[in-house]
Amino acid sequence: MSTATAKHHDDHGHDSHGHPTGLMRWVKSTNHKDIGTMYLWFAFTMFLFAGAMAMGIRAELFQPGLQFFQPQVFNQLTTLHGLIMIFGAIMPAFVGFANWQVPLMIGAPDMAFPRLNNMSFWLLIPAALLLVTSIFVPGGAVAGGWTMYPPLAIQGGLSMDMSIFALHILGVSSIVGSINIITTIFNMRAPGMTLMKMPMFVWTWLITAYLLIAAMPVLAGALTMMITDRHFGTHFFNAAGGGDPVLFQHVFWFFGHPEVYIMILPAFGILSTIIPTFARKPLFGYTSMVYATTAIAVLSFVVWAHHMFTTGMPVAGQLFFMYSTMLISVPTGVKVFNWVATMWKGSITFETPMLFAVAVVFLFTIGGLSGLVLAILPVDIQLQDTYYVVAHFHYVLFSGAAMSIMGGVYYWIPKWTGHMYDETLGKWHFWLTTIAFNVTFFPMHFTGLAGMPRRIPDYSQQFAEFNMISSYGAFVLGLSQLLFLYVVIKCIKGGAKASASPWEGAHGLEWTVPSPAPFHTFETPPVVK
Amino acid sequence: MRQSTKNYYLPAPSFWPAIAATALFLMFGGFAMALNQIGLGKPVMIAGGLVFVYLLRGWFSEVIKESISKVYNTQVDHSFRWGMGWFIFSEVMFFFGFFGALFYARNVSLHWLADAQLLWPGFVATWPSAGPKLVLEGHMAPWGLPAINTLLLLTSGATLTWAHWGLMKNNRNQLTIGLVLTIALGVAFLTLQAHEYAEAAFTIKSGIYGATFYMLTGFHGLHVTMGAIMLTIILLRVRSGHFDAHNHFGFEAVAWYWHFVDVVWLFLFIFVYWL
Ligand code: HEM
Ligand SMILES: [Cu+2]
Repeated sequence: MSTATAKHHDDHGHDSHGHPTGLMRWVKSTNHKDIGTMYLWFAFTMFLFAGAMAMGIRAELFQPGLQFFQPQVFNQLTTLHGLIMIFGAIMPAFVGFANWQVPLMIGAPDMAFPRLNNMSFWLLIPAALLLVTSIFVPGGAVAGGWTMYPPLAIQGGLSMDMSIFALHILGVSSIVGSINIITTIFNMRAPGMTLMKMPMFVWTWLITAYLLIAAMPVLAGALTMMITDRHFGTHFFNAAGGGDPVLFQHVFWFFGHPEVYIMILPAFGILSTIIPTFARKPLFGYTSMVYATTAIAVLSFVVWAHHMFTTGMPVAGQLFFMYSTMLISVPTGVKVFNWVATMWKGSITFETPMLFAVAVVFLFTIGGLSGLVLAILPVDIQLQDTYYVVAHFHYVLFSGAAMSIMGGVYYWIPKWTGHMYDETLGKWHFWLTTIAFNVTFFPMHFTGLAGMPRRIPDYSQQFAEFNMISSYGAFVLGLSQLLFLYVVIKCIKGGAKASASPWEGAHGLEWTVPSPAPFHTFETPPVVK
Repeated sequence: MRQSTKNYYLPAPSFWPAIAATALFLMFGGFAMALNQIGLGKPVMIAGGLVFVYLLRGWFSEVIKESISKVYNTQVDHSFRWGMGWFIFSEVMFFFGFFGALFYARNVSLHWLADAQLLWPGFVATWPSAGPKLVLEGHMAPWGLPAINTLLLLTSGATLTWAHWGLMKNNRNQLTIGLVLTIALGVAFLTLQAHEYAEAAFTIKSGIYGATFYMLTGFHGLHVTMGAIMLTIILLRVRSGHFDAHNHFGFEAVAWYWHFVDVVWLFLFIFVYWL
């Protein structure tokens, strides 16, 4: 449609007058900022919901023996906690950031496909409804773990089908959302915003979007095979018919490992934005950051079987996956090095976003190191399915992904609301979260090394002290997130006025528009020099 | 390539996304219930399907209206191209998963099953196979119907390109004939495929061979069906005078899709029927 001379039509309602108010403003939205806000609130709600489930898990594990939940219910709690945190909290939160920030950072008037953008969001609602209501159907929610391995998953009831379909819908949402982000980044940049001038956050999201469109369809395929095995008599995962339950694990983790990077690359982007601002120095090694991100993305497709070392694999395969997994920590290390080098000799101040960023660099590195330990084949054979794995992935996912999200919220909330958040309360939230997080999850390294299995509601006496410490930490960690909620609401309702660029060391197009960012920005593209 | 974004078309607030969410909720929720013998399931699913059809019809005609009224500039056109291209890529990955399953079963896990003589005494890893506990009756040979089907699809790819040439030369007759031929070839393909299914001695329940065969060819057939429907819509649009030599991304998008389906078939022919 080469109608380069297209006239400016006034009837398409993107002027700030004439757009619906009230509920319809959100339901019918085609505005990246409103959609971003919806994503963020959805994610926060799911975060609190799945967090409440974690409180249940920790209450049960407070002492040995069965106190609160039957094992079946306990399994439902761990399964739904995992599924909802991953697909309902972390991923949508990052998409919320992408919605708000990507167009602002590249000087675009909106996302490339505003209606599809809104569809990506609204698809989350049926998926969440299916997942959450599955708790109340006969037989209860899915209880086979978030990884849904057969044959257990083949045997589940109605809730299993509901969860599978929820994931199908989430997959559609993610794929459509990613196509939107890729198109926006390639096609909507302001003149002069070359690829290698893009903010790191935009880069990381670009790569994440590619991971999503490559990995999500494969998950959809695995789940489809699961449905036909359950209801249409196929034998994909049944050895009697020549299939193999391990096949599911291969297909699942071919999706699953890229998925964990889907949840951390945008966090890397947020860190790479916050740290230069508060160190008042440009990001060290921008180009190497871009290449490292790309390398991580490519490598993440050839490491999947490190989740399957104990399933019985030829030694050659085990060795391949061990070395490829270790290789992936090299580009990850490059990034950590660059963040530290950015801070080196900077004039650093420690506002809340920076506190979170520094803590993430430190704690994520611990998680990366325990990942390396798990990558070592003979060690993993001991540690597979113990609390050591739980410690590992909470260091990368909570103190990596979730705490980056928190830091990002504090960093950009002045732009979103036009108010400064309460710095004192923000710092309280930070310290409570960081300390409680470590109290909760550090002891899991020990219980895991000592052999405590994950996903079991009871444990032997010798693990009692560490588990009690973990549970105390978890309760504080959970409660401190209510403080976060309070800080956010308080900031929306009022607070010191934020200027267009409230952070002294911040650069980037988003700080050239007023705070709060007007409903429409960059309708005429800025020129980047 | 990137020109002024001033005119980038930003659509007005729209109900379609919420309707899409509703449709998927009803369809999938109903399907889950139907699979578990809950009476409400089927009607809910059908209702969802109707909403879905209503959605596609409504949303696409809105987009077509916008396209005709020329509110899209070159940059929007580029967006559509990027979007369609990567959508097709995600479809490629969807099939990749199933091809991977086929590869794994044939070349890895069946052999391991045969090696575990303690568990399955006497089982030999062959292909096709329905595994140690099931019997496989018959299988597909490549050089009958499948070869004809390959020819049909490849020809349809050529006729579609010929139609495109017609469009670019402003030869509406060639365009229409090409499109009609392409659709006819697609329908012929589907008819033969249906015939093949009807004649087959084995079913989707016939172990790993039946499962991979019907899953791969079934999803491919579904894509051919969707492609044929989309081509028909393009034909109708051509009849009502849409598209000109420069302005026809709708046509191109469907053509890309059709060629993609074509390529998937080639892989199917090689790996499912032939080797
Ligand atoms: C230095 C990089 C990393 C290495 C070498 C690594 C290695 C590993 C290995 C070997 C396992 C399997 C443990 C087992 O089940 O026995 C594992 C599990 C896991 N990793 Fe990592 N990892 C790394 C980074 C990450 C990151 C960045 C994330 C997410 C943001 C992550 C999330 C997970 C999760 C969720 C699991 C557990 C999955 C499950 O069984 O439920 N990892 N990791
Ligand atoms: Cu992994």
